[in-house]
Order: sequence, then structure tokens, then C-alpha cells
Amino acid sequence: MLAADPLFFRGLSLAVVVIVIVKVLIVFVVGLVATMFMVWFERKIISGMQNRVGPNKAGPWGLLQTLADGIKLFFKEDLVPERADSFVFKLAPFLAFVPAFLVWCVIPLGGDFSNGRGGLVTIAGHRTLVQLADPPIGILLVLMLSSIAVYGIMLAGWSSGSKYPLLGSVRASAQMVSYEAALGLSIGSVLLVAGTLSTNGIVIAQNTISRWHIIATGVVPFVIFVIAGTAELNRPPFDLVEAESELVSGFNTEYSSLRFALFYLAEFMNTVTMSAIIVTLFLGGPQPITIGDTTLNLHLGPFSGTVWFLLKLFIFLYMYVWLRATLPRLRYDQLMNLGWKVLIPIALGWFMLLAALRVARDEGWNRVVVGVVCAVVLAFSYLLLTAAVRTSSKNREKEGAMF
Amino acid sequence: MNAVMIAIIEPQPIWYLMLSALLFSIGAFGVLVRRNPLIMFMCIELMLNAVNLSFVAFSRIWGDIGGQSTVFFVLVVAAAEVVVGLGIIVSILRRKPGATADDISLMKG
Amino acid sequence: MQLIVFIVATLMVLVGAVGVIVRKHPVHAALSLILTLFGIAVHFVALEANFLAAVQVIVYAGAIVVLFLFVIMLLGVDASEDLRTDPITAQRPLGAIVAVAILALVGTSIIVSRGILKVTAAGKAVKAANNLRDLARSIFSDYVFAFELTSVLLVIAVVGTVLLARKLPKPEPAVKS
Repeated sequence: MLAADPLFFRGLSLAVVVIVIVKVLIVFVVGLVATMFMVWFERKIISGMQNRVGPNKAGPWGLLQTLADGIKLFFKEDLVPERADSFVFKLAPFLAFVPAFLVWCVIPLGGDFSNGRGGLVTIAGHRTLVQLADPPIGILLVLMLSSIAVYGIMLAGWSSGSKYPLLGSVRASAQMVSYEAALGLSIGSVLLVAGTLSTNGIVIAQNTISRWHIIATGVVPFVIFVIAGTAELNRPPFDLVEAESELVSGFNTEYSSLRFALFYLAEFMNTVTMSAIIVTLFLGGPQPITIGDTTLNLHLGPFSGTVWFLLKLFIFLYMYVWLRATLPRLRYDQLMNLGWKVLIPIALGWFMLLAALRVARDEGWNRVVVGVVCAVVLAFSYLLLTAAVRTSSKNREKEGAMF
Repeated sequence: MNAVMIAIIEPQPIWYLMLSALLFSIGAFGVLVRRNPLIMFMCIELMLNAVNLSFVAFSRIWGDIGGQSTVFFVLVVAAAEVVVGLGIIVSILRRKPGATADDISLMKG
Repeated sequence: MQLIVFIVATLMVLVGAVGVIVRKHPVHAALSLILTLFGIAVHFVALEANFLAAVQVIVYAGAIVVLFLFVIMLLGVDASEDLRTDPITAQRPLGAIVAVAILALVGTSIIVSRGILKVTAAGKAVKAANNLRDLARSIFSDYVFAFELTSVLLVIAVVGTVLLARKLPKPEPAVKS
């Protein structure tokens, strides 16, 4: 029904089943190890940026720190507050954790994309993709999972039966729902250029550096996606969900032991996942850097795709840590203004511009004229929007309304 | 033998239609019986979903994509309906906290 | 295989639906609703409507139910309803009769017409891989007018809701003359 992997074209056999099981295991292990690594990476880099040493006791360079933390949390007392709604309270950590994991199913983790091979590799005589599943609605699955991820945080805060978690979760859900719109619109620009929803197809479409979507869509959707993605992750500078000075620890204040560990892991895994989505959508995923006809060859055979993917992934992991170390937290109204009055209009306008240029190309219209018309229309819309915003804020001041 | 049978039997569209009828009547029962306005609203969503399911099943039967387009429009209308409905519920509950459907039987506020 | 998927999804739908109408607490009812929505999405995939399955989850589970939960949390209307009493006499039996009547009516009509309710050759020819393209063709050609109207509808809904939910300023006391 959903699988479009050439692995299944010749029917099911034992080898095929084994390959699928191995893939599932790999995705599972990669997810866990990447999360453990990310926790260490973030602490180490941020300590470097703040002139500290950071974790250095457990294992070489403190690499096993996460494992040690995990074991410690595992043996802590598991507390359920008396006023908590115990079923929802126990369910919430899993709702946060599972979507973060499932996104890995549709991310191309490697493969051979040279000479139009479309990311297929041959394992034991079976040609297959280096990703768990390639459904025709691939990237929508990512959007689906990110919209489900809201529930974990929302229900955790509500079910704790206490004030601060509730405030944190209301903040979080409003923030995540609003930024999802900007996220979706910037994905829309990518889909317009790629012409397919499947993640494998999106990667295939980016075969040279000039066709990487970061360039092919103009840098704007990329920037919007990164900002909206950061907000979606509730990471600094958008971490109002767990603003310590205001909300103790936000939605997970009442959680302890293994359930807290799940939230903690989910948060870091989401960071890795979001970086992987950015790499897939905008930077060509496992595609090597190709300028014109020359390809930068790593001479690693079938693993070069994976290595490229990891290299690109690291840029974004580092960027997220860097952002956290650098930027102060936004105020809540600033956050909402940025989302609704800046990111969504720009993403929408840019999407329309790209669509217009594409129609112009297909119909053979004069591109310059179309571009000028678009610029005039967008400028007019901008003026309208600013006028509307100004009027509404003036009215609000006059009325002293709550919202 | 049984395992092979289970692997071969394909669900017929008529099953989906029966499920949709069942879901619709559960939703209707909920709207008639429950008194919390929010839950009545959720039951209406159940009924909408039942109809959506039957539309998609019909679209499958006749290979006509129009059924799916209709579901798309139903989704949009449902979103609009929920927004307006919740707006009304919010303004009612602000005035009378904890109001049920029985308390709002007067046109005057 | 398809049968197992059908059974599991049907169980999700029915358990969720019954949950919505029997759970006392609005938040639990909303969670049950999510279960139903997911079951329906699985059915959509089985009926080769991939795009609608995704939209179903994104719009319903991702936006509409979140809105429900948001209202429940913000207004603090999370008091449980007492379901043991029946405030209007015979409301429940009457409701049950109406529901069973609906089920009987629709069910009978389905069973009577079961002869033509089989997947036709045209239905079998539809490929799930082309689902999105077919749907887009249909929406943006045959139903383009309806599509444009939905955008108007959404704008009206948003403006109306903002007006409804806004706290209006108190009318200024009339100046005595």
C-alpha cells in the first residue's frame, strides 16, 4: 500500500524480510545512539563556549555521560503526583517520544545517488533504498508526526495537576501550532521545486549544488524553516515552555525517573531529527557536493552517501548548540509576533512568488515582467499588512483589551 | 490453511460503509445524550468522520476521485465550523462557567 | 494482511467513538476522539487515499483536537460530568432509539444494494501512487469554484470568531446633558 521500494517488486522472500528487519534495527540504533551523542555533543560544545570543561569523567572525553545519567535516572523514585490524572500522566512521555523516533523512517540515511541511480544500493542481490520506507506522501508524514508531537507536551502539562506545568504546556501548544504553519509553507516552496512528496524523490531532485533546494528556492524558505523548526523544537531562543525563571521547569516539572528521561531524550532526538529533515529538504541529504560535472568524491564506496549525510547533519547540530549559547530568550508576545506577522506572511509571499515564476516558465511568459508584477503585488501586500498591524495595535491600546 | 485464508481475504467496501453507518449512529447518540457542549461538538466530529469514510469508500468503488475532493472540502468546512463553534462556546462559558447544554436553553444571555 | 489492518483500525475507530460518548472527562473524550481519527486515517490509507490520510491527521489531530484541548485547558472546564443521572426523562432511551433507527435505515440500504457496491474495474485501475495528482486535478479543475469559496469561508470564520471571542470594551457612560 505505502511502500514504493524496489525491494518489494519481486514479492516477499526470506532475504527481503531479513533486510527490512536489519533496516528497522539500524534506524532504531541510529536514533538512540544519535540522541546519546547529541546530549554529550551539546554539553561539550556549550561548555567550550562558556570556558568550562564539561562532562569529562565517564568514558573517554565524557562520551558515556548520557549513559551514566540514564542509569541514574532509571534508579530514581518514580513519582506520580496525587492530583495528577494518572493515565494521561503516564501516557504523555510516550506521546512525546514515539513521533520523534518515527520520523527516522522516512529520512534517507545514505545510498548511491551518482549517475541517476536514485539512491539504490544492492544488498545480497536485492536493490533497495537506504531508508526504512519511502511512502508517496513522505514529507507529509513528517508534518503529521510533528503535529502529533504537540500532544506529549500539552497532555504532560495538563495531567500534572499543577499550575506551572499547565502554563508551560499552554504556551508550548500555542507556539507549536502557530509555527507549524510557517514550517508547512516553507516545505511548500521546496515541494514546488522538487515536484514530489517522497523524501527519496526530493533528494534525487537535488543532484548538483545549484539545484540544492537551499539555492533553488532562494534562501528565504530555508531561513524560515530553520527559525520555525527551532521554535517547533522549543529550543533556545524559543524555549519559553521551560523558562526556568518563570515556570520552574515548564511542562515536565512534575516528572521524575524514567518518564523524565523519556522527555529529555525526546527533546534531544527531536533536535537531531529536525536537523536531518533540514538536510534532506534543503541540502541534498546524502548527495555529494557536485559543481557542474565534477563531483567531490570521498572514495568510500557505498558509505559515501552516509558520510555526506552525517557531515551535513553536524553543521546543523552545531548551529543549534551555537544558537543556544548565543541568543537570549524571547518574550512571549515577541515570539507570537515573529511567527504570525513576520514568518508566515514572508513564507506565503515567497511561495506565491515561486509559483508565479514557475507558471511563467511553463507558459513561456516574459520572466522579467512577471517578476516586476510579483514585486509590485508583494510590496502592496506588505504595505496593507503593516497598515493592518498598526491599526490593530492602536485599537488594542485604546481598548485596553486582553488579546 | 486458516493463515492463508486470512492473508487472502480483502476487506470489501461494504464493510467500510457499515462501519461508517455504525460510527455515524454512535456520534448521533452522543449528540443527543451528552450535555457538555464540548463533547457534543466532538460527537459531531465523529459524524463528519463517518461521512468522510463513506465518501472515500465510494470513491474507491467507482474509481472516481471526486469523492476524495469532497472529503477535502468537508475537512476545510469542519475546521471552519470548529473555529466558530468553539468561539461561541468560549463566549458562553465565560458568562456562565460550567454551563451545560440544558442551561443555555434561553435565547437571552 | 489487509484484513488484519482492517480489524485493528476498526477496533481503534469503535473504541475511540464509544470512548467519546462514555468518558466523563472532556480531555479523555478528546483523547478517544484522536484514537478514532487515527483509525479513520488508517482506513483511508487502506482505501488508497494517502493524501487524505495525511491531511486527516494534520488537520483533525494536529489542529482541531488541539483547539479543543486548548479551550478545555484555558477555560478550566475540565470538571467531570455526572453521567449517572438522566436529567430529562427518557432522554437516553429516546436517543438510543433514534441512533438504532439511523443505523437500521442506513444498514438496510447498504445491504439491499450490496450487489452494486463492489469495487468496479475503474476502481481497481486507480493507483495509489497517482493519488495526489488525481486529487489536485479534480480540486483545481472540476471543483475550483468550491475551492475558492472555502478560502472565503475560512476568512469569514476567522473574522467571526475573533469578534465573538473578543472582550468588547464597556460602553462609555452617556454624558449627562
